Amino acid sequence: MSITVSIRHVFGDFALDVAFGSNGRLTSIFGASGSGKTSVVNVIAGLVRPQAARISVDGRLLTDTAAQVNVPVHRRRIGYVFQDARLFPHLSVEQNLSFGQWFAPKADRYADRGQILSLLGISHLLPRRPSQLSGGEKQRVAIGRALLTSPKLLLMDEPLAALDAPRKAEILPYIERLRDEFHVPIVHVSHSVAEVARLATDIVVMAEGHVLASGPAAQILQRPDLMPEDERDEAGSILDMTIAAHDPGFDMTLLRSAAGEAHVQGRIGDAGTKVRVRIRARDVMIATRQPHDISALNIFRGRITGLAEAGRPAMNVTLDCGGSAIIARITRQSCAALQLAMGREVFAVVKAVSVNKPGASPSP
Amino acid sequence: MNWFTLSPDEWNAVALSVRVATVAMLASLPLGVAVALLLARCEFWGKSIVNGIVHLPLVMPPVVTGYLLLLMFGRRGPVGAFLADFGIVFSFRWTGAALACAVMGFPLMVRAIRLSIEAVDRRLEAAAATLGANTLWVFLTITLPLTLPGIVAGMILSFAKAMGEFGATITFVSNIPGETQTLPSAIYSFTQVPGGDAGALRLTAISIAISLAALIASEILARRVGRRIAA
Repeated sequence: MSITVSIRHVFGDFALDVAFGSNGRLTSIFGASGSGKTSVVNVIAGLVRPQAARISVDGRLLTDTAAQVNVPVHRRRIGYVFQDARLFPHLSVEQNLSFGQWFAPKADRYADRGQILSLLGISHLLPRRPSQLSGGEKQRVAIGRALLTSPKLLLMDEPLAALDAPRKAEILPYIERLRDEFHVPIVHVSHSVAEVARLATDIVVMAEGHVLASGPAAQILQRPDLMPEDERDEAGSILDMTIAAHDPGFDMTLLRSAAGEAHVQGRIGDAGTKVRVRIRARDVMIATRQPHDISALNIFRGRITGLAEAGRPAMNVTLDCGGSAIIARITRQSCAALQLAMGREVFAVVKAVSVNKPGASPSP
Repeated sequence: MNWFTLSPDEWNAVALSVRVATVAMLASLPLGVAVALLLARCEFWGKSIVNGIVHLPLVMPPVVTGYLLLLMFGRRGPVGAFLADFGIVFSFRWTGAALACAVMGFPLMVRAIRLSIEAVDRRLEAAAATLGANTLWVFLTITLPLTLPGIVAGMILSFAKAMGEFGATITFVSNIPGETQTLPSAIYSFTQVPGGDAGALRLTAISIAISLAALIASEILARRVGRRIAA
């Protein structure tokens, strides 16, 4: 499954000029507001007719201005979850969900209504009217409505932006399940590093109508220079780890990977489950000798492979820990005092980790 | 002279008025929706001319509209002569009264429907398209149901206008009892003869009752529709 996108379009005094490709299960288009993210998905969906573009999804050419190809919106078979849900107010939830079910050619219909309703936890909402739903429920119904059309690609334009923090927390696990259990690639638009770090397998970073960088999530998130000014603190590294054991006495779970071991609170899953661990650069300290008598449990040994200035007083130190990168954000003063240099072996002391559980059951 | 029972002629006038108004309203509805859609959604050369022609009956003296209809749809008028070959005759028939009422009520109908089409959230239509609905299907399942309050309002306005239409009707199809004598024409006739006061009053009361009933019906309908599509 692959998508390739190249667009050149001028709207008034805003110029969009992007090109990227992705094979990821969930590709996040990430950037500050006004960077042109939504325009990109609108062009992919066919809602905006671009001046020059070539869009293909899974080898199917949807738009090619050079070859006069432009598949109309309703034949693109691309599901679109809008920021504002856009449920039809004159139809019940059930009618909203059924709206697009029969448009796909019979042979292409793969959507399993029962599976989708239970995955999104919306079965009990069917007789209601959209006006009787909470923001989070509306968004789940909108996701279900898009999935029931058996789309070949699912676009999500800031699906969480209109929701408050508890509602966001309610929706995120559903999107994770979608990514892990449903065989439809997702292109997701967001300006939140935390959301992208939790969801994305691949990231396209946009600014002012251009692509700054694109690639696998773990690589992109390591680069604070790509993060928006006010979210630079969210930059960090991602480790793919496996649950090794749970210690019921302290209620802690042990995770392992080539980088080393990590301990996280609570029981998060069965042994052998793969998890994604995110470590923010500002939560990492550097020690030149193995620290003892310290409360931090998670200490990784690594070799310095990058030293980059990040703002005037700060430095980003990249460590290679068994093939995975961990980034630490420290002051230049500390860097000088510790005499950090490329290739030197040091220890990363991690104050906090956050764990996403792929495939975990969301709480209803 | 009885104050409460209607003569056969008076009954005829009432029945004819209701029939003329109903036919005028229903027959102009499809064209009204089409023209409203054209004005609300399409940009084309001459749009303001089309808009002007649609609204002309609202601002012209009704007698002028009636006379123009007579010139065009009369037996020797260009359109009337052509249609007469197919057995369709408007002049001095009740169908002509319906045509005159439809023309007079058309601007009111188009205006109400157009405003309501313009109020439809086009983002919902875009959403329907991404779900696989083609243009016609989007119109039938999204735009039209959301426009329903405006369509109901337009129909009521057109009906009410037709019930009260006098100038264009009497100019175009005259005042023939049993054929083209609608309520207003009948009231007018009563006021022209000595001792016609009782008849005029009876018909006036009926006219008020029908208008009130139409208003109440539209109120109930609009509320129902409004509740169904409330966001």
